[in-house]
Amino acid sequence: MHRACPLNDLARGDAIRLDTSPPIAVFHTEEGELFAIDDTCTHQDASLADGWVEGCEVECPLHASKFDLRTGAVDSPPAKLPVRVHEVAVIDGDIMVIESQEAPNLPPGLTVGGHV
Amino acid sequence: METLAIVGASLAGLSAARAARAKGFAGRLVIVGDEAERPYDRPPLSKDFLLGRMTAGDLALEAGNEDLQAEWLLGHRALGLDGEAKAIMLEDGTIIAADGIVIATGASARRLPSLEGFTNVHTLRTLDDSRQLAAELLPGRRLVIIGAGFIGAEVASTASSLGLEVTLVNAEPVPFSAALGAEMGEVVAGLQVSRGVALLRDTTIDSVESAGGRVTGLNLTNGQRLAADLVLVGIGAVPNTAWLSFSGLDVKNGVLCDAAGRTNLPGIVAAGDCAAWFDERAETHRRVEHWTSATEQAEIAVEALLGAAPSAAKPKPHYFWSDQHGVKLQFAGNAGEADRVEIEAGSAQAHDLLAVYYRASEPVAVLGMNQPRLFVKWRRALAQAAASAPTSSVPA
Ligand SMILES: Cc1cc2nc3c(=O)[nH]c(=O)nc-3n(C[C@H](O)[C@H](O)[C@H](O)COP(=O)(O)OP(=O)(O)OC[C@H]3O[C@@H](n4cnc5c(N)ncnc54)[C@H](O)[C@@H]3O)c2cc1C
Ligand code: FES
Repeated sequence: MHRACPLNDLARGDAIRLDTSPPIAVFHTEEGELFAIDDTCTHQDASLADGWVEGCEVECPLHASKFDLRTGAVDSPPAKLPVRVHEVAVIDGDIMVIESQEAPNLPPGLTVGGHV
Repeated sequence: METLAIVGASLAGLSAARAARAKGFAGRLVIVGDEAERPYDRPPLSKDFLLGRMTAGDLALEAGNEDLQAEWLLGHRALGLDGEAKAIMLEDGTIIAADGIVIATGASARRLPSLEGFTNVHTLRTLDDSRQLAAELLPGRRLVIIGAGFIGAEVASTASSLGLEVTLVNAEPVPFSAALGAEMGEVVAGLQVSRGVALLRDTTIDSVESAGGRVTGLNLTNGQRLAADLVLVGIGAVPNTAWLSFSGLDVKNGVLCDAAGRTNLPGIVAAGDCAAWFDERAETHRRVEHWTSATEQAEIAVEALLGAAPSAAKPKPHYFWSDQHGVKLQFAGNAGEADRVEIEAGSAQAHDLLAVYYRASEPVAVLGMNQPRLFVKWRRALAQAAASAPTSSVPA
């Protein structure tokens, strides 16, 4: 389990990137929901925490692939593979992330430790 | 519509096919492409693929399980089009009659006549081009790149990280100024120079020295001589429209289209690098050679072709990116409309700036260098401003 930050520190509409391996992005949507997915786009090396959230979808800041925050599925190309989704809980006012046990879909040239 | 034919099986062509199916077109879908490969992504050809960090498989544009229920005629070149009959003639004599046609034949690298026929002179447009160039990028070699456009600059970045000695030769005084304006063009030029790339400005080739079919040196109009092991010509691209010569279509620098991709002939649209759409802001036809435009145009054009009511949405500001020396450049809008540029965050020296281009008080373009988060916000703001601006207030 990873501790992200106090819920009060993450305003609606904001996202943070956790320094995990691989990094995880936590989103607090305008509607007040919390989601955690792998931060690295499966297309190339971009941070989805830097992307644009609309409803339950994040758009990658580089080439505009869209991922469903609830399922990690690709809603719009160029990405071909989904991102992992992680469980989020708020415990004692802190956002906690329970990392998925699946293997991540990292983009070509990247490994869990960084560049190949 | 029973048969929809798409000519050009790359980004715009695939995007058009996807859009047609997404909009419920259930008829016969034929996709003709002269390259043997299934649709692949070009941007990495000057970046991670050239560097060896991506494989050809990684370039595939289609997802593994994607099936558009299309007849793919790959490795087939279209030789002509009868625009009235909407019949496409292929090299092997096959004729494809269609009810609707999407022209998506893209562009080819422009060549320099004075450098034709040498074995160590390259251009970069296709997977094969990139493979051939990659095989020559050996440490210590002297690479001369003619033209400091984005492809030249990206190859300069890739090659210098592989240990080559790179010189960029630019005919204009300030590289990238057509796309970024002079001030920011200078900033990107500074990035290249700070990473050890030699940049020669305001000069072109005067004469070529060669031996055994290889270029060995270039004499420039400024009197300088450059020794070369390898030359890349990166002077832009020309639209692939020769096959449309007798089609009845209006073709100038690209297939002329309205702001929804419709050509002068009913039932025929064009999208991507081969098309010059009418740009309502600039009040002129413009060929926009960016990845994102190819996908956006394909969608809009297919919508127009399938007879959907033209969407009222104003076109989004043009967007492109470039990766150079580990810096992610992102640009949206039109630098030509601006009268000043302001750095809103970061700095030119640190190569992490966010610069906004203004015309009077209106933001008209934005450039980010390693500023994806801020850039995304500005790009959205620009798109919203463009969508709400009445066309009449827009400068010609
Ligand atoms: C090396 C490189 C790097 C790039 N980097 C970036 C970048 O970083 N950012 C960015 O925004 N854009 C970039 N681009 C531009 C982007 O790739 C293009 O805008 C995009 O490929 C345009 O897609 P298209 O389908 O219109 O044309 P193309 O990709 O050119 O595809 C046209 C297809 O049609 C085929 N064809 C042509 N004539 C015929 C015919 N008569 N019959 C049948 N088939 C035919 C061609 O062979 C080709 O397969 C880059 C381009 C290159 C070459
Ligand atoms: S890096 Fe995310 S879409 Fe390309």
